[in-house]
Amino acid sequence: MGFLNRKDILFIGLLATLVLVVLPLGLEPFRLNLVGKYLTYGFVALGLVLCWGDAGILSLGQGVFFGLGGYCMAMFLKLEASTPEATKIQSTPGIPDFMDWNQITELPLFWRPFHSLGLTLVAIPLVPALLALLVGFAMFKRRVGGTYFAIITQAMAAILTILIIGQQGYTGGVNGITDLRTLNGWDIRTDHARTVLYFVNGGLLVACLLLGQYVRRSKLGRILVAMRDKEDRVRFSGYAVADFKIFVFCFAAALAGIGGAMFTLQVGFMSPSFVGIVPSIEMVIFCAVGGRTSLLGAVYGALAVNWARTALSEAFPELWLLALGSLFILVVVAFPDGLAGVYRKTFDPALDRLLPWLRRRPAAHPPAVLPGAPVASVE
Amino acid sequence: MLMGYSFGDLGSIMAMQGFAGLILFSVFVLMALGLAVIFGQMGVINMAHGEFMILGAYVTFLTSRLFTTTLPGAFGAYFFVAVVLAFCAAGLAGMAVEWLLIRHLYRRPLDTLLATWGLSLILQQVYRSVFGAREVGVDQPDWMMGAASLSDSIQIPINGLIVMALTTLIAVGVYLLIFRLGWGKQIRAVVQNRAMAGAVGIDTERVDRLTFGLGCGIAGVAGSAFTMIGSTSPTAGQLYIVDAFLVVVFGGAGSLVGTVASAFTISQARSTLEFFLSGSMAQVVVLLTVVGILMLRPQGLFVLKVRR
Repeated sequence: MGFLNRKDILFIGLLATLVLVVLPLGLEPFRLNLVGKYLTYGFVALGLVLCWGDAGILSLGQGVFFGLGGYCMAMFLKLEASTPEATKIQSTPGIPDFMDWNQITELPLFWRPFHSLGLTLVAIPLVPALLALLVGFAMFKRRVGGTYFAIITQAMAAILTILIIGQQGYTGGVNGITDLRTLNGWDIRTDHARTVLYFVNGGLLVACLLLGQYVRRSKLGRILVAMRDKEDRVRFSGYAVADFKIFVFCFAAALAGIGGAMFTLQVGFMSPSFVGIVPSIEMVIFCAVGGRTSLLGAVYGALAVNWARTALSEAFPELWLLALGSLFILVVVAFPDGLAGVYRKTFDPALDRLLPWLRRRPAAHPPAVLPGAPVASVE
Repeated sequence: MLMGYSFGDLGSIMAMQGFAGLILFSVFVLMALGLAVIFGQMGVINMAHGEFMILGAYVTFLTSRLFTTTLPGAFGAYFFVAVVLAFCAAGLAGMAVEWLLIRHLYRRPLDTLLATWGLSLILQQVYRSVFGAREVGVDQPDWMMGAASLSDSIQIPINGLIVMALTTLIAVGVYLLIFRLGWGKQIRAVVQNRAMAGAVGIDTERVDRLTFGLGCGIAGVAGSAFTMIGSTSPTAGQLYIVDAFLVVVFGGAGSLVGTVASAFTISQARSTLEFFLSGSMAQVVVLLTVVGILMLRPQGLFVLKVRR
């Protein structure tokens, strides 16, 4: 574990304990399932820390990747639920019910691979990463970045949502893919299954967090930060800036895809309302609230914002949008480093004084003064 | 012969759909002009632009209500009063927002994007609390409802022509303002070199505030035009923001001619395609094409030649 210093081990351990021990002990199954749902957004937030916080690439299309991963999973589950026996009242048995309602008589070609669990598991990170590769290749090779990139990714989110809603027969339309039952014969709707899925989800999240930390502490991670702060200088030093950007964008997309698949498994359906512009930009705020330069912060941010959403919209549905809007403004204007920034400024020095042995190895990641804002460079 | 239509029919379809797209085009142009002024000239991404448009739409709605209750005789002219009021209301709101929020974030464009998104959420909730979540529509005066016949098969809606004329007026006005008047010169000076513009005595903060107000005001006028094609709801603005941004980027940021040209291309392509495909597929095809072209030509259609 050479890429972790003592503080990392302490805090990642704390998070793992919270997610895998404290919460499951303290919450009833319904609430635990909700927390599991929030944690799936943690995957997206992890990707955004690398992509936006470190490399300075703001993607407003993470919902697309989240959705693609989720839809891959949902397509597999839907095919498993649509056996010829279960769907024998349809005019074409053996295809998903919404296809039958839309007078489609044959399974479309792009659904076929999702008969196989193995292919589905490969597709979940791969399909989002391939789309990110395509977009990233086209944009970064031409040195499009900053605000332009943000707008294009946002358009992507709009396109995918319109497409899913418009092509009802192939995608389930606005309702999404619903009525999912079993995963390889294992009923995912029981409380027991949900608890198991929660632990799988939590374990995967910690694993992805470690992977993310590994990337950040590697030489690659330092190049990403250098690119954010002085892109031209990195380019003149002989690094292929575009390739690094493409990599980190694909990496974030794959993480989002995994989050989406876990979301589908735990919530039991997938719909375009988790794909579009609004959810995509909310994912950015999870990351911003937690701290765009801290992986742990991003996970806590996703948990905190979603928890606040549930609590507020249960109690005062009117207030939620106002609160979310104010949160956006407050975080951006007053706390650009989010919760992690507050921690670094106030608690970290105190902790160093209290437990000096933690400080043995210096942190390799000093936060930048003004993180993540290269101006659009179109040349 | 294409899909069973003769060329004569196709010509008429193109013309009719073209004129049917007039108001959509006008809304696009006005939205995009406002954005182009703010994004192109100031480099600020205003995600709340759609909400400023909806502010204009609500002002138009209130004006029409006011005219029906107090001045029913003058109802035919309410639209022109509403346009002026919408411009003023959105413009003043824009200047207030610039003063309270935007001016603190000029060096961080991506952060402005997030902050203005937050602002848009707040505005949506305010609209919902004040006007209710239900959609509101305005009654148009009788003389605006008809259609002028150009030939046997081609008819043009009158309100489309009026909105079109208004849009032309504003586009020309903005052009003159930015490229001919002294104030426009100040704006361009601040855009090109903020420090030097300040050094020669231009009040850059005032220029910023007025520019932002102007952009938002134009969005307000777009809202007035919008009441002609759709009913106003608190979240209606959000549907247009992506299209409007694509129009600006596609046209080439900073180029007003490019903005108008790309608004024309996008809205006309969409309304023509809508005749052949379903509405959503037409939108997808157009958006995908635009994104595809932008990947090949990221600087947009028209580029301002600026020595850097």
